[in-house]
Amino acid sequence: MSAHDATAASAPPVLEPQFGSHAQQDFARSFGMWVFLASELLFFGPLLLGYLVLRMHHPEATGMASRHTDMLLGTINTAVLLTSSLLMALAGHAAQADERRRAARLLLATALLGIAFLAIKGYEWHQEFGEHLFPGAGFRPDDARDAGTAHAMELFFLLYFAATALHALHLAIGVAAALWLARGLRRAPPRGPGNETVELAGLYWHFVDVVWIFLYPVLYLTARSGG
Amino acid sequence: MSPGFHLLPADAAQSATRLDSLALCLLLLTGAVAVTLLALMIFFSVRYRAGSNADRTHVPKKGLPVEIAWTVIPLLLFLGIYVWGAVDYAALYQAPPNAMPVFVVAKQWMWEAEHRNGRREKGQLHLPLGRPVRMVMTSQDVIHSFFVPDFRVKQDVVPGRYTSIVFTPSRTGEYRLYCAEFCGTEHAMMLGKVIVMPPAEFARWLDEGPRQPGMAARGYALYRRYGCSGCHDAGSSVHAPDLTGLLGRRVHLADGRELTADEPYVRDSILVPGKDVVAGYAPIMPSFAGQIGEEDILAIIEYIRESGHDERAK
Amino acid sequence: MTSAQNDAAIVDDSAAPPEREEPGYLTGRYRLRDWLTTRDHKRIAVLYAVSITFFFFLGGVAAALIRLELATPQGDLVSDDTYNKLFTAHGVIMVWLFLIPSIPSVLGNFLMPLMIGARDLAFPRLNLASWYLYMLGGAIVLWALLAGGVDTGWTFYTPFSSMFSNSHVVAALAGVLVLGFSSILTGLNFIVSVHTLRAPGMGWFRLPLFVWANYATALILVLATPVLAMTLVLVAIERLFQVGIFDPALGGDPLLFQHLFWFYSHPAVYVMVLPAMGVASEIIPCFARRPVFGYRFMAYAILAIAVIGFLVWGHHMFVSGQSMYAGMVFSLLSFLVAIPSAIKVFNWTATLYKGSIHFSAPMLYALGFVGLFTVGGLTGLFLAALALDVHLSDTYFVVAHFHYIMVGGSVMAYLGGIHFWWPKVTGRMYSETWGKIAALVIFAGFNLTFFPQYLLGYAGMPRRYHSYPEEFQLLHVLSSAGAVTLAIGYLMPLGYLAWSLLHGPRASANPWRATGLEWQTESPPPEHNFTRPPVVVREPYAYTPEEP
Repeated sequence: MSAHDATAASAPPVLEPQFGSHAQQDFARSFGMWVFLASELLFFGPLLLGYLVLRMHHPEATGMASRHTDMLLGTINTAVLLTSSLLMALAGHAAQADERRRAARLLLATALLGIAFLAIKGYEWHQEFGEHLFPGAGFRPDDARDAGTAHAMELFFLLYFAATALHALHLAIGVAAALWLARGLRRAPPRGPGNETVELAGLYWHFVDVVWIFLYPVLYLTARSGG
Repeated sequence: MSPGFHLLPADAAQSATRLDSLALCLLLLTGAVAVTLLALMIFFSVRYRAGSNADRTHVPKKGLPVEIAWTVIPLLLFLGIYVWGAVDYAALYQAPPNAMPVFVVAKQWMWEAEHRNGRREKGQLHLPLGRPVRMVMTSQDVIHSFFVPDFRVKQDVVPGRYTSIVFTPSRTGEYRLYCAEFCGTEHAMMLGKVIVMPPAEFARWLDEGPRQPGMAARGYALYRRYGCSGCHDAGSSVHAPDLTGLLGRRVHLADGRELTADEPYVRDSILVPGKDVVAGYAPIMPSFAGQIGEEDILAIIEYIRESGHDERAK
Repeated sequence: MTSAQNDAAIVDDSAAPPEREEPGYLTGRYRLRDWLTTRDHKRIAVLYAVSITFFFFLGGVAAALIRLELATPQGDLVSDDTYNKLFTAHGVIMVWLFLIPSIPSVLGNFLMPLMIGARDLAFPRLNLASWYLYMLGGAIVLWALLAGGVDTGWTFYTPFSSMFSNSHVVAALAGVLVLGFSSILTGLNFIVSVHTLRAPGMGWFRLPLFVWANYATALILVLATPVLAMTLVLVAIERLFQVGIFDPALGGDPLLFQHLFWFYSHPAVYVMVLPAMGVASEIIPCFARRPVFGYRFMAYAILAIAVIGFLVWGHHMFVSGQSMYAGMVFSLLSFLVAIPSAIKVFNWTATLYKGSIHFSAPMLYALGFVGLFTVGGLTGLFLAALALDVHLSDTYFVVAHFHYIMVGGSVMAYLGGIHFWWPKVTGRMYSETWGKIAALVIFAGFNLTFFPQYLLGYAGMPRRYHSYPEEFQLLHVLSSAGAVTLAIGYLMPLGYLAWSLLHGPRASANPWRATGLEWQTESPPPEHNFTRPPVVVREPYAYTPEEP
């Protein structure tokens, strides 16, 4: 693997007219991504807050509901997503070193792992539909003793589906961005994206990863210790 | 002005006069501020209009003392108004021991009320003069709001829970009842009349009307019909909490919490029994959600209230 | 000097427009495609101006029909269902399609880069995307209205909206959701731009207060709007899939909706008023020819309003059935949030002291803003007081209160800003005489429309009523007469501003002799704003006293 790609040939990134220097442009774009992620916290935050409130009021039902999730698949998915974040970080490093072809390959691998995550998640949802765990008229867990517990379990699953669906939506957007970048890196700027764009995509991907790191224990590991 | 228009509605509840005083006080305060600001703006606009020969040397760009003054003084005044408003507000939710409960069920688009002795009304509410009234209200469908301007009271009526407000009518007469929370097509037609009568006349009115058992008696019949007595009566083979004199009692729950049994607690126990299980009992009570209507639940609660021969209305 | 000469003296057209090095942003590439794919913040501002003007008049038509119906006590003009759809349309359009975008997306988009000495916002393509999202959201809302309307009120209270209404609720929710994303992206753009693109010498405390106001607004947009988005999605989920979130019959909690909705919607009203305050802070120093009084306090007050504004949402729920103790906390905080607003009003008044005051049309709008915002704000104190709110909540008193702030406040400030920056944006001067007349007609019409509503509210007239008891008729007739006047007042600028585009005299770079970087470049500005990047060496509002 050569240190420099023939295609890129150290093409200078494009400086947009509103910026005075590359340093300013890079900083502004990074800062913009962080502001965006801050607003994203306000999307996921209320869902986690809802979980906390539910857990406080119905600890037993929350535990019972959580035990219905597929811990094996959830754990596999966590490993998949963490690995994808590693590959995304490596892609960022490669881009910084102007190794655009290597970065493109790593981005492709990241996207593939993201797709794997989504596929596994889809299979889990399919299982849960089959077990009548989707909230609504058809909700019927097999171990709810009374209406109160069943209702609390239904709320858990409302949060479960809402949070994992929102997460999956964000992941899908990240996959699309990674694929688009992987393809675009083949061409030098200004026709293709600049190297620093990979860093920005990385920021977004790591955020999606961090959200999952909060969701996984909350949704899968509640009341599972000690069997 | 149109005949019948009164800027200040009738002062028909004991709290209404106090509320009007608070409003007047705040009106004077805010009016003084507004007039002062207006006067200053006009004065400055005239005196310092372009071309006038006023003194414009040493234009001040800032002034810490005046900024502090017009921060702290309003703050203190606001705190005073806040406390007055909060104290009067609290009084609307604290029922004195002799408060008479009246039960209201709101539905699209009418008001239904029931008195303790079973006398029911639609679109009207008779009340006695001078006695505190505690409204216990729920909705059968969407959120409504019980609003009587002449009493200066308003309380949202929410499905799935009981809401409550306390007031004492202080003047006989007829007063308008409005729904004050948008509830659908005929929201503006969901009107009613509150009729305040002298106590003796009210007592007579209460006794008249269709002969039907009082709420508590009706509640007792329902209590037996739905099988509550099968578990909750003394001597039952099923271990279930004793409901005698339940209302107002401290209850210890299975998850360690403690609460005071009130109407919402009883309603929840009937509809979502797994929610607040009493300590020491298994959560085996079935739910009656969808089987018992709101008016019937209120009747059962009245029966439980009287079951301890507890003559307190609360 | 006569007053006409006084006012003319401030308009400085003595400097002939210099030889242009670049074509103005308006006259560069001019095909429709160039406008629809532009990245120029100034063109995007013009795109927004045209679209929100359309929606303003659409919302105004709904208001006209409402006031027409309410002139008589019986519900005789339209059916009750139609009436409910009219006030819903009026609220949804005016809040999300007019007020929230108006000053930030029109004046803010145009002026923010100029005021900080930048060539554009940080993310021009994102800016254009914001406009397209606005248009998409507007189209979806329009579809919902044309397909039969929505009857839930702009507040979408559950369970009525999720389980009982038979109207196009989900479409309306979807439209508002899309509009929310438009807001978030605009806010993000402003925040990053103010942090990273300020010209050399432009420290934070040299920024014009208009920039501070839009910056604080952007913070609110980015943090509060996501909560609205999630809330609307949850209502749609309940409506489509019958999952019990807010409907008690399915095990849900109707008050949860109110908490979630107002957590966004209260900060949203500060989104609607903070930019208006920013406009007033630009106009008043200019036409009083002196610096604003208490600049730092004004800047801190803006931030305080934004922060405390996130903590008061429960004051919309004092009679909702929420705990009485929650009510007490929210009431206290609501009184606290009034303090920074009061500070601003006192500072604007003090800015007239020892000034040299010119009563131009923008100044009339700005002074009108201060007066009407003050009345609206003071009546907010009535509503913050718990016991009083029990009587006044859900009556016309509340309607009057928020219209004084939103219309008497925000709309007046928006119009004042349009007039003040009209020469900069269009390169033409409008007719001062017509401008002043319209300002006075609007001021008079506004007060006639909305002051009677305070009286109606205290007397007990509830809101969202299609018909009402006869004794309220006189006040309603006065209000409707005012609405006619107000409508005429709003149509006038449409006339004379449009006329000025074709026939108005050409404006110089700085006809008002104002400070601020936007006035240091041509009218209209070239595509990249400044031919030479500005360097800031002075405090803002460095007006010098005039010779009498």
